[in-house]
Amino acid sequence: MAKVTFKIGGVHPDDAKLSRGCAIEVLPLPQTLYVSMAQHLGAPAVPCVAVGDKVKTGQVIAEPGGFISAFVHSPASGTVKSVGPRRDLAGNGVTHIEIAVEGDEWVEGVDLSEALVKEIPQDRTAMLDRIKVCGVVGLGGATFPTHVKLNPPPGSKAECLIINGAECEPYLTSDFRVMLERADEVVVGAAIMRRILGDCPCVIAIEENKPEAVKSVSGAVSALGYEGISVLTLKKKYPQGGEKQLIDAVMRRQVKSGALPISVGAVVQNVTTTLAVYEAVQKNRPLISNVLTVTGDCLPVESQRNFLFRIGMPLNYIAGYAGGVPGDAAKIVSGGPMMGKAVADMDAATVKGSSSILYLSESLTRRKPESACIRCGRCADACPMGLEPFLLNRLRKAGDLSGLEAGSVQDCIECGCCLYSCPANIPLLDHIRMAKGQVMGIIRERAAKARAAAEAVSPKEVTKENK
Amino acid sequence: MDKYLVSPNPHVHAAVSTRSLMRDVVIALLPALAVSVVFYGWKELLVIAVSVASCVCIEYAITRWLLGKPSTTGDLSAVVTGLLLAMNLPSTTPWWVVFIGALVSIGVAKMTFGGLGQNVFNPAITGRVFLLISFPTYMTHWEMPAGLFGADAVSGPTLLGRVNEQGAAAVEGLDCWQTLFVNVGGSAGEISALALLAGFVYLLCRRVVKPWIPLSIFATVALVAGIFHLADPAVYTGPVFNLVTGGLILGACFMATDYVTSPMSTAGGIVYGCGIGLIVTMIRYFGSYPEGVSFAILIMNMAVPLIDRAFHQKKYGRT
Repeated sequence: MAKVTFKIGGVHPDDAKLSRGCAIEVLPLPQTLYVSMAQHLGAPAVPCVAVGDKVKTGQVIAEPGGFISAFVHSPASGTVKSVGPRRDLAGNGVTHIEIAVEGDEWVEGVDLSEALVKEIPQDRTAMLDRIKVCGVVGLGGATFPTHVKLNPPPGSKAECLIINGAECEPYLTSDFRVMLERADEVVVGAAIMRRILGDCPCVIAIEENKPEAVKSVSGAVSALGYEGISVLTLKKKYPQGGEKQLIDAVMRRQVKSGALPISVGAVVQNVTTTLAVYEAVQKNRPLISNVLTVTGDCLPVESQRNFLFRIGMPLNYIAGYAGGVPGDAAKIVSGGPMMGKAVADMDAATVKGSSSILYLSESLTRRKPESACIRCGRCADACPMGLEPFLLNRLRKAGDLSGLEAGSVQDCIECGCCLYSCPANIPLLDHIRMAKGQVMGIIRERAAKARAAAEAVSPKEVTKENK
Repeated sequence: MDKYLVSPNPHVHAAVSTRSLMRDVVIALLPALAVSVVFYGWKELLVIAVSVASCVCIEYAITRWLLGKPSTTGDLSAVVTGLLLAMNLPSTTPWWVVFIGALVSIGVAKMTFGGLGQNVFNPAITGRVFLLISFPTYMTHWEMPAGLFGADAVSGPTLLGRVNEQGAAAVEGLDCWQTLFVNVGGSAGEISALALLAGFVYLLCRRVVKPWIPLSIFATVALVAGIFHLADPAVYTGPVFNLVTGGLILGACFMATDYVTSPMSTAGGIVYGCGIGLIVTMIRYFGSYPEGVSFAILIMNMAVPLIDRAFHQKKYGRT
């Protein structure tokens, strides 16, 4: 089949998948785990254990704090030592549950065997509930609660389930290793989600720089023999793993500004999320672990690793286990080099969505001095949303908020392509992100005012709508 | 932890800078410069040297001493302007005329507007047009190349100059394709279309520029000249002649594609290119000057802000 990609913009950074040959290793448990209550998009979870409580591996220790929120489970067995604020990897204070690890004794009812469970249950609601109770969130970056995404609002119908195996961020190889080593489970997970979504077709989309993964997943698809699942090879281009870009590449449809993917019939789930769905539904195993890559341009290839980690493991524990932070590391990033977050504090604990510890050298990562815009248009060519970053930056300088809104600053996905490709090293994304925040605030305020005005005119109708 | 950098994404950058882009333009101009030095000899070399040195020094002086800012000459944009200005001048231009051209290019057209990225008009063309109007004797007197290896120098008008004076019949029977290789009599930028095109292909391969602006200029010139030539071949020169003569290739490939003074979007670039192509042919056919590429580019430079307002990138999910 011809390789596809998304139409607008994109860049081609060196993919630097240095750790692609490293099999996933299981990290031993540390003495203490720090489990964050804000591991997902939406409201933070609310702790339901108290200091001194004994907990088992997989036991619920925090409950959803709202509709868009998720359960959190204990990543090991032991004693709750404290519940309180602790710094996350961006340096913000977030409530964490500190667990003194005493062992790895699991709660009742979890299937810990390696046996593949191929039979797909019929009860859609029960499966969704299992995914919710097991705390599954999107592991591709956004950590959106998976059960919400798999339950489209009434009136919308899933026409295609896309399993995101693009892994377009340079350096990261965790998704690649999962597709290579756990292809069967990923394919069963895809079949489960397909069933939940009403048997829509499912496409497992993988970038061409991972031919081994394409082979392994294709093999699993044909061996397992589920209907409606196919594998699609994508051209290598960043940010192909972006939800909107992937939908464009696979379905040739574009999600309207402000709308959800389901509005064009698409549901996108990451491969590692798909594995978590398999474990939740078939094994009743909550999401307490994920795969993370220890990599970077200043880490020798023989020191690079792919680890299966438990959530709550501090970054410095993992770094220490892998041989310590390399001396010439100038920046440590959690996530990929294009969209990851710079780590402000190595004491911070891993979360469900952690995908890497990336060590970048000074020469690779230090920002170069900014010079004048030469109007080359590279930022606009690179923007996968078709925006004009040079123009947005000028409008921001002029303080023209309505111009920024007309220029669709609110559509920015913060992928970093503009700054990446700017020959004058203008911090376009830094500025655009701030302008986007301001414009989003105005849009929200306007929507709230409109709602209030509508309610004031006809309170009855609005109540009806809400029902 | 304070020894590690913390900044927002992205954490890596493409291996491209203003300096690397300008360096690629310099490399792309080298074949044509080499051919012109071979044919026009040391005089041409002197024009190039004076032009580049003046541009760089004037920019340095203005940024450092007049504005009190760090020098911007390291971005090599002044070198590009110097080279382009030299390629627009006859090899016989006295050094002080070249210097005045550089002064107008950098001092007036570029720095008064705020330096690189802010100028409305292409600096090299502004300098050239200033000289053309102020010193027409030096600017329209072309020397038939004696060259490094040649014997006597002969002077005479360019092909377009002959057409301007005597009509299309003056160049009847001329093998236009031969002028692709070496077009004797003209400025450095007019001597070899092939060398210029080779440089332009290099820029395309390095993805420094996109082909749409030059292609739309060539297409418009060919179309308009084709129509007029069909109507009256005795008065109007044909499309091939118009494409290969004069400064069209230099202008279309290296000056109309100047980032700063051309539209940002592809659609805008095509409109801009068509405008240039139309104005060039109109000046050549009906104007008092034999050649109109410089004027055409300057006129369309003025339209760029308007074009940029009218044409935008196609956005995702907003059609």
